Amino acid sequence: MTRLNLLLVVVLTACALGLVTSQHRARTLFGELEQEQERSRQLGVEYGQLQLEASTWAVHARVERIASRQLHMRVPDAKRLQIVRPQETAK
Amino acid sequence: MNFAASPVLALTLPTWRSRLLLYVFMACFALLLGRAVYLQGLNNDFLQAKGESRYSRVIEIPANRGRILDRNGEALAISTPVKSIWAIPGEVHPSERQLARLGALLEMSPREIERRLADTGRDFVFLKRQIPPEVAERIAGLHIPGLFENREYRRYYPSGEVTAQVLGFTGADDIGQEGVELAFQDGLAGKPGSRRVIKDRLGQTVEDVESIKAAQDGHDLALALDVRIQNLAYSQLKAAVAQHRAKAGGVVVLDVDTGELLALANFPTYNPNNRNKLAGAQLRNRTLTDTFEPGSTLKPFTVALALEGGRVRPDSVIQIAPGSLSIGAATIHDAHFERSLTVAQVIQKSSNVGAAKIALALSAESMWEMFRDVGFGTAPGLGFPGEAAGKLRPYRSWRPIEQATMSYGHGISVSLVQLARAYSVFARDGELVPLSMLHVDIPPAARRVMAVRTAAAVRAMLEMAVNRSGTAPRAQIMGYRVAGKTGTAHKQENGNYAADKYVASFVGFAPASHPRLVIAVMIDEPSAGRYYGGTVAAPVFAQVMAGALRVLDVPPDGPMRPIELPPEGEEVKESV
Repeated sequence: MTRLNLLLVVVLTACALGLVTSQHRARTLFGELEQEQERSRQLGVEYGQLQLEASTWAVHARVERIASRQLHMRVPDAKRLQIVRPQETAK
Repeated sequence: MNFAASPVLALTLPTWRSRLLLYVFMACFALLLGRAVYLQGLNNDFLQAKGESRYSRVIEIPANRGRILDRNGEALAISTPVKSIWAIPGEVHPSERQLARLGALLEMSPREIERRLADTGRDFVFLKRQIPPEVAERIAGLHIPGLFENREYRRYYPSGEVTAQVLGFTGADDIGQEGVELAFQDGLAGKPGSRRVIKDRLGQTVEDVESIKAAQDGHDLALALDVRIQNLAYSQLKAAVAQHRAKAGGVVVLDVDTGELLALANFPTYNPNNRNKLAGAQLRNRTLTDTFEPGSTLKPFTVALALEGGRVRPDSVIQIAPGSLSIGAATIHDAHFERSLTVAQVIQKSSNVGAAKIALALSAESMWEMFRDVGFGTAPGLGFPGEAAGKLRPYRSWRPIEQATMSYGHGISVSLVQLARAYSVFARDGELVPLSMLHVDIPPAARRVMAVRTAAAVRAMLEMAVNRSGTAPRAQIMGYRVAGKTGTAHKQENGNYAADKYVASFVGFAPASHPRLVIAVMIDEPSAGRYYGGTVAAPVFAQVMAGALRVLDVPPDGPMRPIELPPEGEEVKESV
């Protein structure tokens, strides 16, 4: 009887310690999860800002200005255009 | 020695005394037990709440406002988090150095900050709103007690003034105030959520208890707008308004197949990212909210009605001589003198007398029905704030002179979007398609308002108006067949027509063999000498149409030869 009781005490202690450890681990992991989620939010914000920057650089007025003033590009006039129609190439 | 036997100790007390004491103690215990049961079992809410408040916290989960995209996925409006700095005035006691640093970071003078913090009776004062997160971090680095930061959102519009009146803007709390931002506020707005967590002594979250409300980010909104065409329309409009020293202007580009509004350009405009000096005239999306008397652009509808009823054919001859028509006390004039014109030429040369004569043979009721069927007098139903219905008076109150003037677009008012939509009827064989500001995948069902044959006949007349003997030779585009009609109307002022104030307009579509786009251009009060729709508005149309067809890869359907313009001074003048 005494032996059984001692055994149970040992098992109980082991279980209790196990619970403490697993609880601790759960909390650390949760902390990490929180951090990662925060990071994902941060990255989301950064993505938005980068998108904004990209669209600001790609504003058509700016592209057009650079194309015409710096690169001296222009739309070819119709005399220099030749239209190739799909059915004509198929012939 | 036996103590028990000691006579000194042999006290004889009555047994009831010990009993009494026992009962008193037992009663006390029972009382305590009862209280414990009451507090922990029966009425435990209060203590439970007190306990929880030591470790559990409700955290708000922020939600983003949805982006606004154009039809090709290009971002037109994006929210990003910013910070606001607020203070409890009574608790802020910065040193001289801290104050100077704070002032430098907030771009405020130290005196200004002190003035804001002067009222120590208040618990909450905004020092500055909507500052970049990096700056907020550096302010937090100053460790000034009593100074706090708040998370806010700020909306940015990369395309700026080009799309300003279409998109509108949001207020300081990221709630839509104008334009699309207001019209689609419900879908765009995110719903912030909240959750309950357990925090430890150090303030770190250690356990997620429950999610009270899941955060919901706002939905992205894909507009029908094509930024490339919008930009083209805006830059051409801006140039035309400057060249003709006009008061304002608008351009509408409409997709014939789907009813999508590909561009809505306005001038004057504003920069939505910096809204310091705003006036109502800049804010309005005049293509939707402003109405004007369209003038000759309405003639094709009168002619269509006459063709529909079989009263005339495109080659029926109408006598124009002596160049004026008297109805009661009023007289209608033509700007150019012709003895007689065919119905098609009435449209080509834009003859008021011809249009009035055709109209007088029609019933007022049928004219009213035609105007109503093509969408005049009713708002286009886009959900856009302030879209105008225009003025179309009931036919019972029309006098004959009014019926005649209405045939060439006076005594009736429309918005530019309504006008563009009405012309889509000719472009798509007599069907009226519902308009959409949003990107449409499946073309909506259209309603037939005139016969295919009628629409085709009017289309041929509109093509004639754009050639060198029509009123709008400048609307021609090399390589494409174009159809359209000019409009030049006196502006109404205090109930009378102003002699020197005009609205010049042009509405047309291309390629005429299989129309793809309808473009309507309106220039308000051109005052640099020229005011005819054919000289002021038609070139804008041609530029925007040529660019838009190129952007959309529409194959040319016309001959590749240079545009023929009539010799200077010999252009057909439109009747005003």
